[in-house]
Amino acid sequence: MPKLGKQTWVFPSMPRIMAAGTVAGPTEAAGPLGNRFDAQCTDSPRQTSWETMEQDMFRQAVQITLRKAVLQAGDLDLAIGGDLNAQLSSFYFAHRDVAVPAFGLFSACATFTQAMALAGLAVDSGVAKHVLVGTSSHNSTAERQFRYPTEYGAQRPLTAQRTVTGAGAAVLSLERGTVALTHATVGMIEDYGIKNPWEMGAAMAPAAEATILAHLQDTGRTFGDYDCVATGDLGRVGNAILTDLFARRGLVVNTDLTDCGMLIYRPDQPEVFSGGSGAACSTLVTLGHFVKKLEQGEWRRILVAATGALLSAVTAQQSETIPAICHAIVLERKDG
Amino acid sequence: MEWPGCTVYHTSNLDTLGVASREEGWWDMATKAKAVDARATYQQLVDKHRPARPLLMNTVRAFLVGGCICLIGQFVQMFFIKVAGFSPKDAGNPTVAVMIFASVLFTALGVYDKFAQWAGAGSAVPVTGFANTMASAALEHRTEGWVSGIGGNMFKLAGPVIVYGVVSAFFVSLVRYLVIHL
Repeated sequence: MPKLGKQTWVFPSMPRIMAAGTVAGPTEAAGPLGNRFDAQCTDSPRQTSWETMEQDMFRQAVQITLRKAVLQAGDLDLAIGGDLNAQLSSFYFAHRDVAVPAFGLFSACATFTQAMALAGLAVDSGVAKHVLVGTSSHNSTAERQFRYPTEYGAQRPLTAQRTVTGAGAAVLSLERGTVALTHATVGMIEDYGIKNPWEMGAAMAPAAEATILAHLQDTGRTFGDYDCVATGDLGRVGNAILTDLFARRGLVVNTDLTDCGMLIYRPDQPEVFSGGSGAACSTLVTLGHFVKKLEQGEWRRILVAATGALLSAVTAQQSETIPAICHAIVLERKDG
Repeated sequence: MEWPGCTVYHTSNLDTLGVASREEGWWDMATKAKAVDARATYQQLVDKHRPARPLLMNTVRAFLVGGCICLIGQFVQMFFIKVAGFSPKDAGNPTVAVMIFASVLFTALGVYDKFAQWAGAGSAVPVTGFANTMASAALEHRTEGWVSGIGGNMFKLAGPVIVYGVVSAFFVSLVRYLVIHL
């Protein structure tokens, strides 16, 4: 039965994460997970713009992943991923020099889990042997597109989040690997009327709640079946709201309900406010940190529910409310 | 079949396809109305979890920092009057130039935005704040070229100040004219 309930996909072949590569920016490398990432990127080899820097970080993450997987670009049957830039310029431009069939996706910061779900589907159905999943984001490209010039002196509120600079990639296949993708729950749009683009955590928390509840209902599992339930980038404020939302439903959250945006920075790092966000946030924390914990046997099974705020620079200016989405994936340690 | 604000032709086609009423479609007004309550409840919950803004602290800081910037400006003006021999009236222009230069320099060094995060509205005092909006926009868009990049975007943040400054000046002058001449 490849589908449970209305929203949850099951991958009977249990595609494995063959290898993963992560590249972090300087603030992310200085954070608590700094030593979990494969590389720190401080300068673009081309040094022309923030945008080329982001593309180069993505290329580097893919390069590291392929080297770890002992694969060539030509061995990839499909690449799925995205970023926050308009027209997915980081993802598509980074594929200009390689002959790899590619799908670009946009679910804002939930792009990683969306890409993982589709990659799982591609491997499971047999249309692809090796699927590359990757996302990137850059603090300055996001600031430029969604907010103000980076050097503009505007005071940001405590609910603000810092867009993560970094890129992460992974190869899914049936060949080898101890961490398997077993389920994916496809989220629905939730919009509870939040308009303030400085309150992404509040805008996305209901989407996280809806998808996690749908997942538990579809699979018949409880929070206790997971060693960790991690949302994408609700930040500290959004995490508190989500915890409250579950409490109001009378649900016992007897697991570690954490958030990638909370984990990537220390609260006392300068200008991180409520925590991290961005398409690379859940990717870096999942591939750099969670997957390693699963590989080392510290955890057996986790739920990663990446959340995306689907606003654009134009809709934010037009005072539209912010629709949000959350896609969840289950990663499980499989011995042999 | 009706959609708000939209005339649908060939309704019979849609009817045969099974799109019988708007309640079954994407445009579900009943659900939308229901959502109003849920939204209000959720907004209360969000308000509860929003970290309080340190209003008093922000106000005091803005007052002191804004005052300090003006004090520095005053020192610069005194320098031009006492040392460089400018008349008090003529000292204004070189003073503003020095303040603009300092603001642009600190913006380019990547310091001004960090200072503004701490100082809040105090850093928005006209001369230095205005210079920062223009310099930051120019830096940000330099990769898009001299004309459409820097030229086209330099007034992106400063533009509204000029537009509404000119508009309000016009109306104030109009009122003044009418009061004096009528």
